[in-house]
This record gives sequence, structure tokens and C-alpha cells, in this order.
Amino acid sequence: MIDLIFAQTLNGLASASSLFLVACGLSIIFGVTRIVNFAHGSFYMLGAYLAFTLVSRFGPADALGFWGGVLLAAVIVAALGALVEIVILRRIYQAPELFQLLATFGLVLMVQDIALGIWGPEDKLGPRAPGFKSFVVLMGSRFPSYELFLIVVGPIMLGLLWFLFQKTRWGTLVRAATQDREMVGALGVNQRLLFTSVFAFGAGLAALGGALQLPREAVNLHMDLSMISEAFVVVVVGGLGSVTGAYLAAVLIGIIHAFGILIFPKITLVLVFLVMAVVLVIKPYGLMGKRPVGSAHAHGPVEPLLLPASHNVKLIGLAALAVLLLAPFVVADHWLLTLTELSIFALFAASLHFMMGPGGMASFGHAAYFGLGAYGAALAVKWLGMPMVPALAFAPFLAGIAGVIFGWFCVRLSGVYLAMLTLAFAQIAWATAFQWVDVTGGDNGILGVWPAAWAAPKLVYYYLALAVCVVAILALRIIVFAPFGYALRAGRDSPLRSEAIGLPVMRIQWIAFIIAAVAAGIAGALFAFFKGSVFPTYMAIPRSVDGLLMVLLGGVQTVSGPIVGAFAFMGLQEQLMKATMYWRFVMGASIVLLVILFPRGLVGTALAFAERRREAEPAAPVTATPEPAR
Amino acid sequence: MLEIEGLNAYYGRAHILHGVGFSMGRGEVLALMGRNGAGKSTTMKAVMGLVPPQAGRVTFEGHTIVGREPFEIARLGIGYVPEERRVFSELSVMENLSVAQRPKREGAPHWTPERLFQLFPNLGRMRDRPGGAMSGGEQQMLTIARTLMGNPKLVLLDEPSEGLAPVIVEEMAKTILALKGEGLSVLISEQNLHFAGSVADRATIIEKGLIRFTGTMDELKADEAVRAQYLSV
Amino acid sequence: MSPVLEVRNLGKSFGGVRAVDDVSFSVEAGKLLALIGPNGAGKTTCFNMLNGQLPSDRGEVIFDGRKITGLKPREVWRLGVGRTFQITATFASMSVRENVQMALISHAGETWTLFGRAKDRHVAEADALLKQVGMLDQAERACGVLAYGDLKRVELAVAIANKPKLLLMDEPTAGMAPRERIALMALTAEIARERGIAVLFTEHDMDVVFAHSDAILVLDRGKLIAKGRAEEVRNDPAVRAVYLGSGATSGGH
Repeated sequence: MIDLIFAQTLNGLASASSLFLVACGLSIIFGVTRIVNFAHGSFYMLGAYLAFTLVSRFGPADALGFWGGVLLAAVIVAALGALVEIVILRRIYQAPELFQLLATFGLVLMVQDIALGIWGPEDKLGPRAPGFKSFVVLMGSRFPSYELFLIVVGPIMLGLLWFLFQKTRWGTLVRAATQDREMVGALGVNQRLLFTSVFAFGAGLAALGGALQLPREAVNLHMDLSMISEAFVVVVVGGLGSVTGAYLAAVLIGIIHAFGILIFPKITLVLVFLVMAVVLVIKPYGLMGKRPVGSAHAHGPVEPLLLPASHNVKLIGLAALAVLLLAPFVVADHWLLTLTELSIFALFAASLHFMMGPGGMASFGHAAYFGLGAYGAALAVKWLGMPMVPALAFAPFLAGIAGVIFGWFCVRLSGVYLAMLTLAFAQIAWATAFQWVDVTGGDNGILGVWPAAWAAPKLVYYYLALAVCVVAILALRIIVFAPFGYALRAGRDSPLRSEAIGLPVMRIQWIAFIIAAVAAGIAGALFAFFKGSVFPTYMAIPRSVDGLLMVLLGGVQTVSGPIVGAFAFMGLQEQLMKATMYWRFVMGASIVLLVILFPRGLVGTALAFAERRREAEPAAPVTATPEPAR
Repeated sequence: MLEIEGLNAYYGRAHILHGVGFSMGRGEVLALMGRNGAGKSTTMKAVMGLVPPQAGRVTFEGHTIVGREPFEIARLGIGYVPEERRVFSELSVMENLSVAQRPKREGAPHWTPERLFQLFPNLGRMRDRPGGAMSGGEQQMLTIARTLMGNPKLVLLDEPSEGLAPVIVEEMAKTILALKGEGLSVLISEQNLHFAGSVADRATIIEKGLIRFTGTMDELKADEAVRAQYLSV
Repeated sequence: MSPVLEVRNLGKSFGGVRAVDDVSFSVEAGKLLALIGPNGAGKTTCFNMLNGQLPSDRGEVIFDGRKITGLKPREVWRLGVGRTFQITATFASMSVRENVQMALISHAGETWTLFGRAKDRHVAEADALLKQVGMLDQAERACGVLAYGDLKRVELAVAIANKPKLLLMDEPTAGMAPRERIALMALTAEIARERGIAVLFTEHDMDVVFAHSDAILVLDRGKLIAKGRAEEVRNDPAVRAVYLGSGATSGGH
């Protein structure tokens, strides 16, 4: 028993090293550029693939060939990182944080297709490292010497990074820029160079982490997203911006994984979740973290007044509804399917907007509640034998319960922390659906979730979905303008003032979180009956990002924005998937371009345009404006 | 040495500066005065390139600086001390100073930490203390010291007396006069007429993004109408 | 008459440094008490303990005959303590009127209502408060675009919306022009006397302090070093040494 514990501990420590390198790079990049780099997992994956190619070319048996290949891979990815920073990120530092995040997700999509194009869909098995091919017998069990090497790499890198940040001028500048990058520039430091170097350095660290994994596990196309979500967990647990915290958290998570597989192979992720929960309850900003200064709204424009729909907007809304009601009599049959899907995703987007816009809580994992709604419906049909209507009513409860539990933790945090935590929770929900094969069918999903006979015709189901979605969206809208919605916005605008006038900010946000989860659950349940089946991919990261895209595309500042965004996004995606096999690349590139061209979203940009025209007509009166940033 | 003409700047979508123009000479202390929201801070930020000016000319010793990056402007010899102080709270006093360190500059006093500690003895006693663990007055001194590490010829001080105890304000006045004694030019933005009067040679008044008055400090003190209209004194 | 607020032996340490050390004082209804002292003397720490934002290490705070030490800010507010902040805290995406309405909604216990327009609630009461602070004509404007002095007035209206017995104001006139400062504090004094509110405020502008306080407390390094009427404090040599200085840059005080 003791030797088993020992072996698993070593195992955990070995896997912690790469995780540490990736999380550390993520944390440093965020610190200086304030960008949550979703593409960090992609750098990790590229590092692994490049190392595979380079090591094969230089000769894997030769020590110089192997280690040279590993290091060169990291250097090449660092250079790529610099290129990405110069070509893309530099143009969007002024955009709101979430748009920057979307742009980096666009990169994720692009890199996925580039990797697919170059290396193909098969897993690549790397060579073993020269000099570390043997086993070491420790406490009676055989242990690969490469694992021991990796265990040593972690603390060595930690020491090197500590030296770099505490004792060199570059490190001091990075720490200063982490606190106030604008001020660093005003003091004569070349900010551009600093940002580029930091981004390249972080990308290089991630690539090194990937390259070092080469002898340990096969390189594949899913490494990016699985790594990024683990890195988020490490960063949240360790504390954003703390290198030591990242190391401690990586070790903690690595060891839990190792033991989890041993003890509860089915629910390793639940274990990770429990540990994360305990840490966050005791230390909300991570083991070594401090309360962050910024928030998700940090450098967005001042939120405009939220006005109820004007007469014209109401008319447009009614007209749109009339079009949707009459459409089945005009368009071809297969369009009904598209319209049904659009209605469902409009509700999904509206539910996400409810917590992101008025609530100020950006979620990277909203698909969890959509997926749980879908699974709720499917499980009710499969295991409880419920017919459609009761199953539709039951499903949102499952999403709501998840909202109660996950939300309780999430509202304790704010800004990027909150967003990363939502993503981690969504990964747990996804993993549960994926791993708990007995109940959920795992990867094969649950089939045969068909609507009741009366609702089976496409036309009827379309009207059913449309009616439910319109009612739910209107309900969300009414809440936004009701006292509760105002209290929610109050908590977003100024938590300090809210508490000072007796508003329990966290509880209000928690309730809003639950409402949003239930609404997403309704959308998910409708989707389950619409497709007739459910799969774990319903709650995977890309679906969450779809939601974010819809909301941000439409503009987070307007209540009607997400609906417009949902329609625009779904239309774009459908066309792309038809047009090319590499639709991810095109999609990713379009996202990046959209963020660069329309940093305020479609509706936001249209509103700004209208406003500018209004201002241009009469000589606009000078609005007295407070000296900013007091 | 600094000439500003027709400066227009926006903060977000709000048009804040509507053609600000003034100039200042070497070794001069000029007080930029006006109410809150009049455009004092924005003028300084626009000079520094932190708020990109949309129109107008700013020249510093013959170099046009509109459109340049803040770090380039700083390297020409302009130091900026923001109103909110903005010390690097997790860096020690020495590290705060080292961030801003620039090579020796022709025609400007050369500062080292040791020389600065003579000017600010308090800082010398807390070299390793993190900026965040200092009082407001100490932080204000540290930001000024930090800016001087860049060996500037012109220092922009945004509301240096704001939120400080009267004894510290007196110390601040002495510091500014000491800098002037070193041959530096200082532009301060102020609402406190007592304070401005004790350090500045000339004053220029800004209101709603336009310059309404420029003259010597004595002229301003004598002109009750101007003070009442633009300074609400 | 018993005081509205009574502070007894209040203390707080940060990492071994006594930020607030054995401070005791009281405020009576309708009176303005100024708390002054050098930066870092412990004024804001003291304030944050009074309204529950920071837990105290020692001592107690009695409000209206009731011990409030250890309560949360929103609980303290419910008992009748209003607060304004050094850096104004208002809801930028709401209009001036909506800011006040929000406080009234919270006071009326309607926060959890999920339907019915918030805009239509307590309009008359909100307008009456705005009229009192002279902001009624700007009621429809967004708080995010107001001039700083106006924002301070809105904050005052919000702070008195729950009919408090005590108002805590942290540097109420920071960042305002001289005449606006005097005007705001004159308004505060008028409201305090009219409604019988006790006001405790910190301030660096000596014109304001000496013109509008009934009594002054001086804090230095966490300790209360002087207490009394304006003249007594002004002539106290200890106060001159640590805080007031010669008066050259503060208008001769």
C-alpha cells in the first residue's frame, strides 16, 4: 500500500511539471496584457507537435537531436507567439476583455485546423528521451526515469522563474506592468516590446510543457482544450499572477489526479472539483493570490443607460415575431429545422446575456446548463419513462440545481476569476456525462429522446419551441427591468454602494445565476427533443464559446443584442460548415477579424453609429464629464 | 520649451478639450487651474500621449510629440506624476525607482536613488518597503521620486496637493521649489489657489476644455472676477 | 440627550501596526463631527469599522443604544446609517433618479420583486430627495456622465434615502472646487439639522472643517491626540506639528 501511494505521488508530481509551465505562462501573460489567453492550450499542443517533427528529423536516439528538438520547438512557438501578439493582439488591447478572449478562441480554432492540415488526425507517438529510457526501482516499484526527470524540472523551473522575476530588470518591469501597464509606459519603458516579449515568453513556456510531454503521452488534436481547462483550474486554485501558487496548485491537481484514478477512476474530475471548492471557500483568490484589481468590465466603455424598448424597437420586435410565425407558410420545409434551432439558441444566448450583461458575470461555461437541461430531458425519458411535457418541465430543474451549486461558488469571485471557474465547472459537467457511461451512455450519448406524437411534426415542434422560447425570453426581459434586475445591475455597477444601501450583492447574483441556468436548461431540453438525442459535446467548451460569441456579436449592452447575435452566428456557422472542411479555420479567422473590426458587437456598433449621426446633426452640447478614473 | 496649440481630445466619446493652447518656458512653474472636469488631467494625459489627441500641435523642445507613444514622449524628457499616484504597490521603493531609470540626459539634472533620498529623506528610510504599505503622503513623494529617475526636463504634476494633510502639502511646495531650483520646468494642475500661489510663477485657467486666462500669479490674485468665474473661490 | 453614535476603545492592527488604537468618541443628533489627521493616521480604517466593512480587533461601537460591532455593512445600513465614499460610488448605468429609487426599493424591501417596472416605483419620494440636494433638473441623466460635484450630491441623496440617524462621509469634498466644497457641506449641515441626523466626516480642506463642524477630532498614528471645538484644535501645538503646519498652503488655518 505504502509503495502504491509513493508511486502515485511521484506520478502526480511528474505530471505537475508541464501543467505548471502552461499555467505559469497563462498567468504571466494575463498579468501584463490582461488577456485571458484561450490559445495557450494551442501553444502547448503546437509545442508537442513541433517537438515530434523536429525530434524525428534530428534523430530521436541522439541526445542533442532530442533535447535540441524539444528546445527548438519551444523557441519556434515563442516566435509564433510574438507574431500573434504583433499581428493580432496589439490591435485589440483597447477592446473589452471578453472580446480579446474571443479573439484568442478564434486562434484556438485556427490552430486546430492548421494542426489537422499538417499532422493529420492520427495520434502521434513520440520517442523516449535518450538517457531516460530505463526504469528506476524505488521502494519496490519500477519507475520510469523520465518521470523522475520531470519531477526535478518543476522546482528547477520554479527557481529559474523566481530569479528571473525578482532579480532581473526585465522581471521587475514585468511585475510593474502587471500592476499598472500604462504607468510603466509613461515612465519611458517600451511597452510594446515588453508586451511582445512577455507573450512570446509565456507561449514558449507552454510549448516547452507540451514538448516535454512527448515521451510520456501521444500527441493529439484534443490536447489544447483539455490542457487549457486544467490550466484554468490551476490558475484559479494557485492564485492569478503567482508563480509559486501555480506550482503548488499544479502539484496538488497532479497528485489528486494520480490518486483519483487509483481510487475513483470514474470521478477523478469530481475530486478535483471538491479540492478546488475547498480552496476557494477558504481562500477565494487562490492559495497565493490577492484580490484582483481589474474586472471583466475593466476598460470597456461606460455602460449606457438601459432604457425600455422604444416604440420603434417594439414594432420591429413584433414584426420579427410575425415573420417567424408566418415563415412556415412561405419557406421550404428544411428551413423549419433551422428556424427551430435558431429559436432555441436565441434563448440560450439570452440566458447567458442575463448573467453577463445586467449581472456582470461573464461565463465561459454556460453550455453546462444547456447540456444539463438536455440531459435532464433525456434521463427523464430514459430512466423515469416520462413523456415529453413532464420531461420538459423536469429538465430545467437539473440545470437549476447545478446553477445553485456552481453558482454558490462562482458569485464569491468576480471578473476573470469567475469566468475561469465557470469554465472549470462546465468541464466537470462535461466529464461526468462523458465518464459516467452507465447512466449517460458516455460518448455514445442517449438516443431516442423523441417528442410526444402530437408534437412530432416539424411544424408543430417549431411552434412549440418558438412559443416556449419567446415566453422565456420575455420573462428574462421583464426581470431585467424589474426591481430585481435593477438590483442586479446595481451590484455590477458598484458592489460597494450596493452593500451600503442594503443590497446583498452575492445573494442577488446567485439568484440571477440560477435564473440564467434554468433558462439555459429550458433551451437545452427543447434541443434534446428537437435532435432526438443528447451527447456530451452539448456541454463542451466550443458550445460555451458559441454562446459567448452570440452575446458579444450582438453586443452585451443591449437586451435585444444576443437574439440578433444568435441569428447572425448560427447563420454564419451553418454556411461555413457547408462550404469547407476547414470551417474551423475560417470561423476562427472571422472571429478574429470581427473583434478587430467591431469591438463593440453588431448591435453596439449600429447604436454607436446611429448616435454619432444624431450628434453630428445639431452642434452637440458639451457634456460635462467627470475627470476620468478618480 | 513646451508649446501647445489647438489641442483637442476625447475621453471615450466625450469631447473634453476644445482647442487648448499655452506654452511654458525653461525653469518655469506653471499652474494649470480650473474646476474638476474642466480638462486639467486630460490636458496632461494628452501631452503624455495617454489620451491620444485628435487634433492640435504639441511641441517639446522643437519635437512634435502628438501621435507618439507615451514611452517615446517620456524618453524625450517629460516626466508625468498622475493624480492617483499609482505607485507599484507590490514593488519596493528601490524597485519602483529602478523601473523608471533612464540614462543621463544632456541639459537635465541627473538623479540617482541616493540623491533622491536627500530630497526625500523619508523614502531613504524605507527602501525595501512595498509601495502598497506606505501612507498617501509617502506614496506621493515616491511617485515624484520615481518620475525624476527618468532625468526629465519637464515634470507634469497632476493635482499634487489633493487629499494630503496640510503639513504634507507644505512639504510638497518645498519639493516643487527645490525642483525649480535644479532648473526643471514644472506644470502642476491645481484647484487649491493657496498652494498654487506658493509655488507657481504663472497660471493658466482652463474651463470646459478651453483656456480662459493666462497670466502671472500676481495678476490672477488681483483679478477677483476671473477667480470667481472659473475657480469658484 | 444620549448620543446617536458612541465609539468605545476601538482598535485595529494590521500586521503588528496599530492602525487605530483605543479611540473613543460620540456624535449627537443634528451635529457635524469632523475627523482629521495626516494621511495614514487611521481615519478610513476607523470609518470602515464603524459601518462594518472591516471587523474591529478591540472595543465596541454603539449606535442608537445598540451594539453594532461585527454587523455587515448592509445590516448597519438597515439600522439607519448612511454612507458616502471618498471616491464616489454610484450606479453608472442608471439615471440619477434611478440611483435614488434603487435605495428606496432596497429600503422598502422590494429587492426580490421579479416583475413590474423598477422605474415606476417611489418616483415622488425620489424626486423630493433630489430636489433637496438640487439635482431634480438632472434626474434623467446617467450618473456615468455627471460632473463630479453633481455626483457627490447624488450620493448624498442616496445616502439619506433610508432616513438615517447617522451619516458617515469619507472626504466628502475631495476633488471639488473650493466654492462647491463649502456649498456641499452647507447643504449637508442644513439637512443634518433639519432631519436631526448626526454626521461624522473626514476632510482635508481646513476651510470646510473649520466652517462646518460642531466639533473636531484629530487622529495621528491611530491615536486620538485632540478633541474639541475649532479654536481649541486650531491652537493646539501638537495638532499644528503633526497636521496643520504653518497654514501657508491651506489658507491661513
